[in-house]
Amino acid sequence: MSSHASAVGPAGSGSVWEGGQSPYATNSKKFGMWLFLISDSLTFSAMLFAYTYSRVTNPDWPKPFDFSPAIIYSTVMTFCLLSSSLTMVMAVHSMNHGDRKATVRWVLATMVGGAAFVVLHLSEWLKLINVEHVTPLNNPWGVPLFGGTFFALTGLHMTHVICGLIYLAIIAQGIARGKFKAEDVEVSGLYWHFVDLVWMFIFPLVYLMSARVG
Amino acid sequence: MSNHAEEVAHVGASVSTFTKVWIALLAMTGIEVLLAYEQVPTLIMLTCLLGLSIIKAALIIAYFMHLKFERLSLFLTLFPMLIFCIVLMLIFLGDAVRIPHMRPPV
Repeated sequence: MSSHASAVGPAGSGSVWEGGQSPYATNSKKFGMWLFLISDSLTFSAMLFAYTYSRVTNPDWPKPFDFSPAIIYSTVMTFCLLSSSLTMVMAVHSMNHGDRKATVRWVLATMVGGAAFVVLHLSEWLKLINVEHVTPLNNPWGVPLFGGTFFALTGLHMTHVICGLIYLAIIAQGIARGKFKAEDVEVSGLYWHFVDLVWMFIFPLVYLMSARVG
Repeated sequence: MSNHAEEVAHVGASVSTFTKVWIALLAMTGIEVLLAYEQVPTLIMLTCLLGLSIIKAALIIAYFMHLKFERLSLFLTLFPMLIFCIVLMLIFLGDAVRIPHMRPPV
């Protein structure tokens, strides 16, 4: 980690921890978002841990995800989310360079990636519910916890993605109207990358570990 | 509330760095899917998947979330605590491994 500012405040006012300035060299919105993201990480970590614990204690955990279409769908979903993270980074970059029109376009591109993710995910959910008869309480494969953990984890994540889409929509219209600054775009970018980050753990642990080949 | 919030120069990665990170993330995802397709033994698969996921998370946090270019104090305030709490939870997995062997025979 590089530290590009010294720990002493301006005009010899002493240590940065003595008050009157940010010791993290960042604005309070960004710091607030980081604190929220760390707390939300703990929520997802606890849920992933509960899923892991349930799975380890049930050696006959089902492996219902065929490569085609389930794993292919979820891989495309991963691609959508990763690409939307790239477009979000480009949005922050554009806003830092003052190009508001480009920023709006990049934010809209990010929303397209997120929306594609939600649509694919919901279609997969509907298939599991209607065709395979999986509910949060029961499923045909003998381990009722499978449905509970699956829908809780992916449902909470999808809720975060949908909230992110609403957040980005507000940001996009705010930038277009000249209401928001670069720091606002950066903070929304932090949230969006967090959503992608959580998926980086859910995808291998929930989907790939339950892949069925052949 | 500070109005001119920390007017530092926008230190950060270039567009080409972001693109390279994205390609690396896609490549690692591809490796993960390949491992699943090859039906590698469970423990090896879990280790590789978790290892790759942590590397992917580190790349996203460092470059996309800009943490590599922030002050060290920000990283130290946020992450050691998170890792510590996760380790505290993971300690209970030892318990989980024993439970299948403790069930009374059917």
